[in-house]
Amino acid sequence: MNKTKERNEHPLDELLRTDRIPHIWCPGCGIGTAFSASLVAMKTSAIDLQKTVMVSGIGCSGRGAGYIKLDSYHTTHGRAIPFATGMKLANPELNVVVFSGDGDLFAIGGNHFIHAARRNIDLTVVCVNNFNYGMTGGQAAATTPCNARTTTTPRGNPETPFNLPFMAFAAGASYVARWTILHTRDLTKSVEEALLRRGFSFIEVLAPCPTSYGRRNKQKPLDTLKAYQERTVIKHACHPAEVQLDFERGITLGKFFDLERPTFLDMYDRTCRPQERIEKSEAV
Amino acid sequence: MKPAVLTGEHFITGDVACAEGALAAGCRFFAGYPITPATEVAEHMAVRLPDVGGTYIQMEDEIASMGAVLGASCAGAKSMTATSGPGFSLMMENIGLAICTETPCVVVNVQRAGPSTGLPTLAAQGDMMQARWGSHGHYEIITLAPSSPQEMFYLTITAFDLSETYRTPVLIMSDEVIGHLSERVIIPEANAIKPRSRPKPKGRKDRFKPFQPGPNGVAPMAIAGEGYGIHVTGLTHDEKGYPVMTAEAQEAMLAQLTGKIHRNLEDIIRTEAYRLEDADLVIVSYGVSARSSLAAVDEARQLGIKAGLLKLVTVWPFPEERVRALAERVKGLVTVEINLGQIHLEVQRCAAGRAPAMLVGHAGGAVIPPERIIETLRNFS
Amino acid sequence: MKYWRVPLDADQIEVTRGIVHIVAERCKGCGYCIAFCPRDVLEVSPRYNAKGYHPPQVKRADECVNCHYCEIICPDFAIYSVEASADLV
Repeated sequence: MNKTKERNEHPLDELLRTDRIPHIWCPGCGIGTAFSASLVAMKTSAIDLQKTVMVSGIGCSGRGAGYIKLDSYHTTHGRAIPFATGMKLANPELNVVVFSGDGDLFAIGGNHFIHAARRNIDLTVVCVNNFNYGMTGGQAAATTPCNARTTTTPRGNPETPFNLPFMAFAAGASYVARWTILHTRDLTKSVEEALLRRGFSFIEVLAPCPTSYGRRNKQKPLDTLKAYQERTVIKHACHPAEVQLDFERGITLGKFFDLERPTFLDMYDRTCRPQERIEKSEAV
Repeated sequence: MKPAVLTGEHFITGDVACAEGALAAGCRFFAGYPITPATEVAEHMAVRLPDVGGTYIQMEDEIASMGAVLGASCAGAKSMTATSGPGFSLMMENIGLAICTETPCVVVNVQRAGPSTGLPTLAAQGDMMQARWGSHGHYEIITLAPSSPQEMFYLTITAFDLSETYRTPVLIMSDEVIGHLSERVIIPEANAIKPRSRPKPKGRKDRFKPFQPGPNGVAPMAIAGEGYGIHVTGLTHDEKGYPVMTAEAQEAMLAQLTGKIHRNLEDIIRTEAYRLEDADLVIVSYGVSARSSLAAVDEARQLGIKAGLLKLVTVWPFPEERVRALAERVKGLVTVEINLGQIHLEVQRCAAGRAPAMLVGHAGGAVIPPERIIETLRNFS
Repeated sequence: MKYWRVPLDADQIEVTRGIVHIVAERCKGCGYCIAFCPRDVLEVSPRYNAKGYHPPQVKRADECVNCHYCEIICPDFAIYSVEASADLV
């Protein structure tokens, strides 16, 4: 008996705009896996999906919002976080997930990221880090490793990349983790935790970009995933200043920080609406 | 909770009147960034919004402010921001997103002299063409120009009404003088203000197409969390909201975005006429310059010059028909504005072949005195 | 599969059985499911899908333990597994 069947319903189809699948992501691109993990986490976390919104910026990862069958907003380059901030503040009942890439969130949108973390806006930010600008053909990003080759650093990148978890932690995020797409179970669990954690949650997901970054840095997609398997060390609670991202020396993964503190809206209600608070407590 | 509509007689600045107008219109979200001479709008909103169940946030810059305003609007709140020249430049990208995604919002520009940092504390009207074309691509936009604190109040309500009705950003192009001028402002009873709201979708949620226009050319708007599962993108999209990368889709989308404005010009365009009936020289002006122009009309009449004023309350879309009709029967048109010729170009275009058009302009930093206008009227007649 | 240490209750553990489903038309042939299947259930199919990629095919169906790893590593929503008994019902 042939147990392999050709069936066309995937368990995630209920959350996918199946009329737009196959998606635009290249063969071997890790965004699809990070996206898939985020969808699974949305299901398993048991949050109200009707009240869940995905906001993306621009770039390959920014296309995420276009494939989820929930309210989804594909905004301008780097501005997903301010847009998401407005949404959350206008309707605090919404679960707002920002799904975007490293170029979008940390170069053009870097300022918005640190301020949203500082304010502790209750958002879940999933950043797919593929070390370059994939959509435009593989230019250097704020995350491109030193000496790596891209179309705009043909002799090697002279710049130093950001340490994203450290930046998120330093700016005041409530939840900080990093995984690779190979560690998809841990990643899914992390997104689930982040969805349930009140406050600004940040998850960096390392993902191969075979077409743009991999091709210029002699990384075949399977080799990249093998490197994720061999060179990564899981160190939960590792201080974000000490997490490494070096394909030679090692890559630190894990949940680095998870601590609840009052969100922007908690503080706003406390400081700007004291009267209303009194009325509420009297009603109880 | 305190009342959102502060019924009564007030002596307040244009900036404060603008904020009160927004609250009266139902605005419950403001994101902004301090900038002279618009800061007082933000300051007043920061005081008042939490008391009426709204939220104020000071963002990290004007780009973020505009982003947050759009997010809040998509989550169902009537939203606004206020800024001046440099901040207006930064908002342009997301104003384009608002146009493309048909997201209602109100943007106030209390103009100061530019380019660049320019004269932060002094008035100008130099951003009028930026209001029209500042974001990239071809589009239509609604722009109103108040010329008193009282108008700052009423036109802010109008701005929200038009924005909600037509699902488009509406710009209020004020200026430093009007923003900082204190005058009597009468706020009516709350039940005398009937704010309009965006059209709501009906019917089956799974069949809803978020960009399929209704009878007046405007698509009903589903907001986040209502269960419609909509996709909204700044890419060229079809009626379902899905990106379509073709010239045909682009043509269809632009026809929709511009068409909904074109077919509702009667509701959108507002002008005021002063002594136009028998005028043979017509001043076209708006904002603070309309005040100088009003004085100039009366003084010119005393000198025997049959002057009149067409005040543009709606500047964009430009009231072409009205200007053309006037140009048919008058000896000349004089545009008065604090720039070196922006709306003047539009007047010239509409008057071409019908009547000569002159400019009384100023580089910015001062209000145009009525004497300068009269001088030009004299030379004309 | 060889274990370097056998659990004391190994005889009581019921290993689940899975059936792999492949949505061939969505596949882009990255090979992640084949390379990282812990039971080596999959291999590259010689046939092409409409987009010109080689989807995976099942070579050792009985080895599948329904761990879902192929399903969650797949970037293209093109493969998943279900529990054998449930599927046969």
